[in-house]
Amino acid sequence: MAAAITLAAEAPRLSSANTGFMLICSALVLLMTPGLAFFYGGMVRVKSTLNMLMMSFISIGIVTLLWVLYGFSLAFGSGSAFIGWNADWLGLSHIGLTELWPGYTIPVFVFMVFQMMFAIITPALISGALADRVKFSAWALFVALWATVVYIPVAHWVWASDGWAFKLGVIDFAGGTAVHINAGAAALGVILVIGKRVGFKKDPMRPHSLPLVMLGAGLLWFGWFGFNAGSWLGNDDGVGALMFVNTQVATAAAMLAWLAYEKIRHGACTTLGAASGAVAGLVAITPSGGAVSPLGAIAVGVIAGVACAAAVGLKFKFGYDDSLDVVGVHMVGGIVGSLLIGFFATGKGQSDAAGVFYGDHSFDQLWKQCAGVFAVLAYSLLASAVLAFLLDKTLGMRVPEDEEVSGIDQSQHAETAYDFSGTGGGVVGGSTAQALAAAKIKKVDA
Amino acid sequence: MRLITAVVKPHRLDEIKEALQAFGVHGLTVTEASGYGRQRGHTEVYRGAEYTVDLVPKIRIEVLAEDEDAEQLIDVIVKAARTGKIGDGKVWSLPVETAVRVRTGERGPDAL
Repeated sequence: MAAAITLAAEAPRLSSANTGFMLICSALVLLMTPGLAFFYGGMVRVKSTLNMLMMSFISIGIVTLLWVLYGFSLAFGSGSAFIGWNADWLGLSHIGLTELWPGYTIPVFVFMVFQMMFAIITPALISGALADRVKFSAWALFVALWATVVYIPVAHWVWASDGWAFKLGVIDFAGGTAVHINAGAAALGVILVIGKRVGFKKDPMRPHSLPLVMLGAGLLWFGWFGFNAGSWLGNDDGVGALMFVNTQVATAAAMLAWLAYEKIRHGACTTLGAASGAVAGLVAITPSGGAVSPLGAIAVGVIAGVACAAAVGLKFKFGYDDSLDVVGVHMVGGIVGSLLIGFFATGKGQSDAAGVFYGDHSFDQLWKQCAGVFAVLAYSLLASAVLAFLLDKTLGMRVPEDEEVSGIDQSQHAETAYDFSGTGGGVVGGSTAQALAAAKIKKVDA
Repeated sequence: MRLITAVVKPHRLDEIKEALQAFGVHGLTVTEASGYGRQRGHTEVYRGAEYTVDLVPKIRIEVLAEDEDAEQLIDVIVKAARTGKIGDGKVWSLPVETAVRVRTGERGPDAL
């Protein structure tokens, strides 16, 4: 979406191919959020599986509505360098069915819904750092506030044609700064406020289901093609196709790099390492994939795989409890991918800006990337920490300690993920307690 | 009578069952169990964080035998369970006061 508006001799006309392609891409990006829910859900302990799934899923409900009501207007309306505004788009009123997104061949509605999916998954990404310990009501409110105060302005900076980062020439093809650094830095800000899980560094907190993690990573990988290849908003000049190829190449390279790092450092190629390496590669190629060549994408993947594998151990070193490594994978991966544009951009993809290794070997693009990366990082970290602090002082962000220890699923959702009762199942084969429970349910039903 | 209990590696179950059948044992009880001996479990790695898993999966086999067969039966189980590697398990026996076959009410050695 970072393409400059080109002045064609003829005004663009609605392309049914591009429109269809973008609607499919939007659905693919939506699929990433349940995929993320499984990726995270498998990594927590049995007793907080449902809460982890729900923290992602609730974002679909909340952000969809606020995006329709005011989000799209504030993010992509023309306003200032820092926030947009378009009164006609509030509640998506006054948008014509065939009205085109300026400079492109797809309707405004299609662009709006594609961007909605990005706005949905970004707060969901943060939840991985907060596993096991945050009140669901406080989380739901945080999602709404964070999307409004942090995501929407940052998306405007980076992708709107009058955003300051866009105008400066910061390249972020599909969300390295707006999505991944943004979510990773927010995660860091929030956990510095709310603190560690009970038993962090003392109790074992092994993933309860690595098959779920792999399922989630697979869904993310699949959906990410929509996320990345769709970000050219159509595919008339091949840049979207380059992005598709680079997405695949960098992800494969990052997975292998993470596994190699693990084998050398810890002696085994783990399932969690393969899934995490793939996600690290997807994150890193997200900002850079439209600017680098496939060989550059391999370099981006390898560097991101090793950097993220090394970074996930930092939480034990520094003592902050980033439960599922949102900082280590999304923030670090996003920074790596965004900064490597300054080295590997060929000048032949999404823009003619070339990195240090191409063109006239100038550091120009690298400095621009640094500005984008560190501005988003600092704003997101600070604003998210303030939001978490305010919520903590009012609603309270954390569940009581006894509820955290006995399992957040039961206390927050009145459910548990798995039924481990008895060997026979049912009232006949079950225990007296089960029979009594069943009797109670009947009473409620009657 | 004696109760012979063996806590051994799960993958030796078939060999032990066959050996016991060849010896003439008509029935046994098998339970899934977990535990550790001198080897103290194993290590697992998740994103570089190492976890020591103390309890490893085992199976517990219980057989009732007449006094004169007990020692020989223990030898049969030990031979079938042995891999020579650490964690092969343990076998022990206890005196049993009585045993009853539920279906017929037979008692003592007749119930075996």
